[in-house]
Amino acid sequence: MSKRKLDIFTKGFFKENPTFVLLLGMCPTLATTTSAINGLSMGLATLFVLVLSNIVISAIAPVVPDKVHIPVYIVVIATFVTILQFAMQAYTPDMYKTLGLFIPLIVVNCIVLGRAEAFASKNGIVDSALDGLGIGFGFTMALTVLGMVREILGSGSIFGWKFISGDGLLVFIMAPGAFIALGYLMVLFNKIAKKN
Amino acid sequence: MALCLTLVCLVCSALLGGMYALTAEPIAKTNADILRASVNAVLPEGGELSEAVPVEVGGQASEYYVSKSSDGTPAAYAIKSTTAGFGGPLTVMVGLTPDGKVYNTSVLSHTETPGLGAKCTEDEHFMNQFKGFDPSQKILTVKKDGGDVDAITASTITSRAYSLAVKNAVEAFKTIKGE
Repeated sequence: MSKRKLDIFTKGFFKENPTFVLLLGMCPTLATTTSAINGLSMGLATLFVLVLSNIVISAIAPVVPDKVHIPVYIVVIATFVTILQFAMQAYTPDMYKTLGLFIPLIVVNCIVLGRAEAFASKNGIVDSALDGLGIGFGFTMALTVLGMVREILGSGSIFGWKFISGDGLLVFIMAPGAFIALGYLMVLFNKIAKKN
Repeated sequence: MALCLTLVCLVCSALLGGMYALTAEPIAKTNADILRASVNAVLPEGGELSEAVPVEVGGQASEYYVSKSSDGTPAAYAIKSTTAGFGGPLTVMVGLTPDGKVYNTSVLSHTETPGLGAKCTEDEHFMNQFKGFDPSQKILTVKKDGGDVDAITASTITSRAYSLAVKNAVEAFKTIKGE
């Protein structure tokens, strides 16, 4: 893998991490990270849509007229999201039950349209796929870490394995805890990123 | 321009149509399995299950299932009951024996807060208190409201909704028996 391609892939983790650096996709980030496994599933679902829509959009971008490019991208993204929704409903009903509403909302996740607009429409298929993978894994990583922190503090368990009896600090399961945990993680992340 | 958009939409809708046809059956099967599992969870083992029978529960259209013993007499009833929870509709399957006692309850679907109200699906103390609950001896409201149900910590609204769902099912059962 050439240096450039490696850069495209790795920038999603640190330099352009969608959650901690670009602050995109905050709605699913805050809402679905009540536990590590929920964060991980939401991240992977977004990754799936991101990679496929990036590939298709980079392939069709040269022939799509400028005036209709946004509607076309949205239709492509919505198609993949709906496919994912059908598949989850049919084969992973438990996960579908937890993520429920947030799966259709991937359509309006700014990360997906943002990558289509900023990257996939101007780059080749392979680069766009790598970009989708990098950003997708960066998002998954952020959501999993945030989910882990909230689960440890909020329910005293990790990936569903309970290490204290009784409740944790319940506020971390609720919305205010999501903002607090995200804020501190962001500080930590940017501090580490700046040092390197 | 319009042609391009039309083409993209055509291709995408064709794809979705295909995906729908492919998954329609597994989805229906999964949903039926979930329903069956919840009915089985709240009824005594054995017995032949009837088809869904429409009934009004708490003023809303709902349905119930009858489990018949081998000689054809009803052995137990499972009534689907929906009330307003904290985050949205809370649907509980309530199993009742012919004497009007609650056999068991199970949550079919909910949108309660994870870690708080959502405990109504896993808190054993909360769920077990409905097993064998006799509505003629005890009151089906939370203790805060003068009843006999221990609420889940910090989730009074969910506990109230759950108790009300069971209560509505008990009321509906009286109408079913009266028929």
